[in-house]
Amino acid sequence: MTLAQIIELLLPQLILLITVLAIFIADLADTRKEKGWAPYLALAGILAALITSSLHWGREVSFLGNMMRVDRFSVFFNGVVLAASALSVLLAISYMRPRTPYRAEFYALLTVVALAMTLAAGASNILMIYLAMESISITSYILVGYLRQDAKANEAAIKYFLYGAATSAMMLYGMSLLFGISGTLDLTGLADFFRAGVPEASRWIAFPAMVLLLAGFGFKTALVPFHQWSPDTYEGAPTPVTAFLSVGPKAAGFAILMRVFITGLPRFYTDWAALLAGISIVTMTLGNLVALRQSNIKRMLAYSSIAHAGYILIGVVCLSLSTTSPFNGVNSAMIYLLAYLFTNVGAFLTVIAFEEATGSTTIADYAGLMKRSPWLAVPMLVFLLSLTGIPSTGGFIGKLFVFGSAIQVQFYLLAIVGIINSAIAAFYYLNVVRYIFFTPAPEQAGPVPVPRPLRWVLAICLIMTFFIGLYPQPFMQLTTGSASLLASL
Amino acid sequence: MNFPILTVITFVPVIGAIVGLLIPKEQEKTIKWYSVAVSLIPLVLSIILWVTYDSAAGGMQFVEKAPWIPALGATYHVGADGISVPMIFLTALLTTLSLFYSAYTIHTRVKEYFLLFLLLETGMFGVFVALDFVLFYVFWEVGLVPMYLLIGIWGGQNRLYAAIKFFIYTLVGSVAMLLAILYIYFNVGSFDILEATARFGQARPFMQNFTAVSLAFWAFFLAFAIKVPSFPFHTWLPDAHTEAPTAGSVILAGILLKLGAYGFLRIVLPIFPEAFSYYAPVVGVLAVISIVYGALVCMAQWDLKRLIAYSSVSHMGYVMLGLAAAAASLARGEVVTNSAAMALNGAALQMFNHGVITGGLFFLVGVIYERAHTRDLKVFGGLGAKLPYYYGIMAVTGFASLGLPGLAGFWSEFFVFRGTFAIIPIYAVIGVLGVIFTAAYILWKIIQFMFLGPFNAERWGKLTDMELFEKVTMWPLIIFMVLFGIYPTPILNLFNTATTALMGGLL
Repeated sequence: MTLAQIIELLLPQLILLITVLAIFIADLADTRKEKGWAPYLALAGILAALITSSLHWGREVSFLGNMMRVDRFSVFFNGVVLAASALSVLLAISYMRPRTPYRAEFYALLTVVALAMTLAAGASNILMIYLAMESISITSYILVGYLRQDAKANEAAIKYFLYGAATSAMMLYGMSLLFGISGTLDLTGLADFFRAGVPEASRWIAFPAMVLLLAGFGFKTALVPFHQWSPDTYEGAPTPVTAFLSVGPKAAGFAILMRVFITGLPRFYTDWAALLAGISIVTMTLGNLVALRQSNIKRMLAYSSIAHAGYILIGVVCLSLSTTSPFNGVNSAMIYLLAYLFTNVGAFLTVIAFEEATGSTTIADYAGLMKRSPWLAVPMLVFLLSLTGIPSTGGFIGKLFVFGSAIQVQFYLLAIVGIINSAIAAFYYLNVVRYIFFTPAPEQAGPVPVPRPLRWVLAICLIMTFFIGLYPQPFMQLTTGSASLLASL
Repeated sequence: MNFPILTVITFVPVIGAIVGLLIPKEQEKTIKWYSVAVSLIPLVLSIILWVTYDSAAGGMQFVEKAPWIPALGATYHVGADGISVPMIFLTALLTTLSLFYSAYTIHTRVKEYFLLFLLLETGMFGVFVALDFVLFYVFWEVGLVPMYLLIGIWGGQNRLYAAIKFFIYTLVGSVAMLLAILYIYFNVGSFDILEATARFGQARPFMQNFTAVSLAFWAFFLAFAIKVPSFPFHTWLPDAHTEAPTAGSVILAGILLKLGAYGFLRIVLPIFPEAFSYYAPVVGVLAVISIVYGALVCMAQWDLKRLIAYSSVSHMGYVMLGLAAAAASLARGEVVTNSAAMALNGAALQMFNHGVITGGLFFLVGVIYERAHTRDLKVFGGLGAKLPYYYGIMAVTGFASLGLPGLAGFWSEFFVFRGTFAIIPIYAVIGVLGVIFTAAYILWKIIQFMFLGPFNAERWGKLTDMELFEKVTMWPLIIFMVLFGIYPTPILNLFNTATTALMGGLL
């Protein structure tokens, strides 16, 4: 493979890298305080990366000695994580302006996470995966604690860091075990090694190794029992960062989880599927039950985000190789993540606009929002209904797919736990609706202004939530990458 | 290509609602009359639908089919048969009357109210025309949200509790249904309801897959029985109906309950004939309990609106009884097919009549509540002389509700019991008790306590009789009660084409 070809395949990552450097250099060069250009420069870089990555659609190549892959799966996840990054940049503009003078660095760091996430989406070597995940984590810690005057943000960052460091060490240990048995770091090499026949002894190493790997993946995707950081971190972090964490790194975590388990360890499918099924049930149930009791909207959305990870896991467990059925499990997880991206960013957008106007993140303070700002209240209703899984929204299509994959492989238990959970979830989403629509607004409460960048995000999220909900056909084409991943099963 | 009448009927209200967003919310009058005008379009079209439906040919007509999500096997497939045509008309009629009545009685958050009502109308039409499971499910739940908001914003004292209870009950049923839909999908390979009827319903897979098919049957049963509602899933109804604003109660009782009954006719009976037949005794017992228990609870109510709410539990029990009888007949072969079709005709007619009658009763509750600001039956008395017009209308509607011959309610009860008696006589015998109790609570509770006895001139001396807009709201309903009481043939013919085809297909 020539250098030119490698550069072409790594173009999205290179663009992001150049953008990061450009922001840092320009930040030094520009001595003024405002630095209003920084978010737009980051946005331009991220969008350029998104476009160049999309141009790789249809390619199936490994390069850099099997370190990286460009395939439909990675292109899809590049799309998801870059869209999440771009939307988060827009969310942050008006939020960060009054809160910190060091804004250019913030966008540079966000772009670094975007870069790390695209590496994670394409990594096909355990070492590469570890590096990508660590890059996501370390930059995320900084983003969470970015408002360093804020005690809550500091607590959030420390907690995030401690959990992250511990689980990452566990994951690294699991990786070393796998390397120890097989002598390879390459995922396909790993699969070939185990397929060739597994000595009983190495089976007993592989299983703990998978559990240890799961600690790292579970931390990124906020699966129970590796979720404990997330409510505090979500509450304390600057809200645009919370929105970002709930969709970007989470999607990247799922991409890695699926690629490692499906491509690297297909031999142990029954083992890890059973493990993940149990985790899925616990994650959904715990996330939803605890969310019921939250009075802070960011914490509520944090627990809701845990619960959604549980639903997505149903897709990862219920794999199927059927070529005739549209449900194969992986594509269910992919379409769910896509719908969740726009829905959850939309919900956080309302939280950000409300916080900027009133300084509050308490659910009870949303009383009478419909009267105060109908143009914010009605979209929020749509996003909450989409999170509940009501049809005509993207959230419904996600649920239809994950439950469909469970019914298809006749894993009825998982489907039934899933639907009971979606009914429980309705309580806390509707609780917000209740305040917004039914409770009268306090006296002299004015409208909640929505700054211009937020309006763009609002429009994008609203359109995409309905688009995925009413006409999912084109998005299903985008998930065809799932097939190539499953081919190794 | 023919005029896509069903699509137009279904989507005119929601498009009207979106266009209505452009009207500034201060112009309340414009919004009100605009919404009434929008709802007239589907009303006129639904009359055309009824008139042009060829009942000699029967079957699904006005069918439209277009690809929607090919990768999933979901299509945009709509059509109407003898059961759905009158239901579409009923939906259009009650919505227009509700909007008209609300134009005079709703004074707060006018724009939201009227636009939500239009959105609700689309959801209801959609359920009656959808022939694809995904489409059906989408419309099924789309109607849920506006009704939740209608109860929660414009409802009575206890509206928050009633609204969430309504939503959660329905949602639990629907998510169970979603799993059952997926189960059928994986057995049929398509989301098409007619294909599922043909391939799943007639393949008779029940005994081979007893557990799975039973689970799917009960999942659908749960979804529809909650909506109907059948005992013991009825507890959301008294709260929701009592707390909802008048027009909301009318739509809840008039249409939303029918969605559940319609689900039984369109999906459960055709697709799970064996399972339904096997479990018919359970369904029949629940139906009889609903009838008798519902009527007894009515006798104990002192809140007029709550009484009428419970009467819906009782009256929808007749629908369930007719369905149970038809299902039970399948085990008995051809001997009782006529009776089965008769029971189903009765059930379908009861759906229509209950919509007209109970819709009317809820309007009448609204009329007195607007004036007296109470619904407590104990404080009224002797209103007959003071409000003669109101008394007359209430008496006719009440008599229709208790099944007086010559009014519409009689025929539906007659057909249900005539059909049921030939198939499962003991259920019919117990169920008939409900008719007696109904007469008791209508005559004793409503007529006697409100209109007869001593008149409290001090308190009620200033009450005025029905105003023109209230009369205009009630008269179309009265006309249908009388018309179908004297001459039910036009609507029965329609139902009969559908039910005989349905029963014929199952044997």
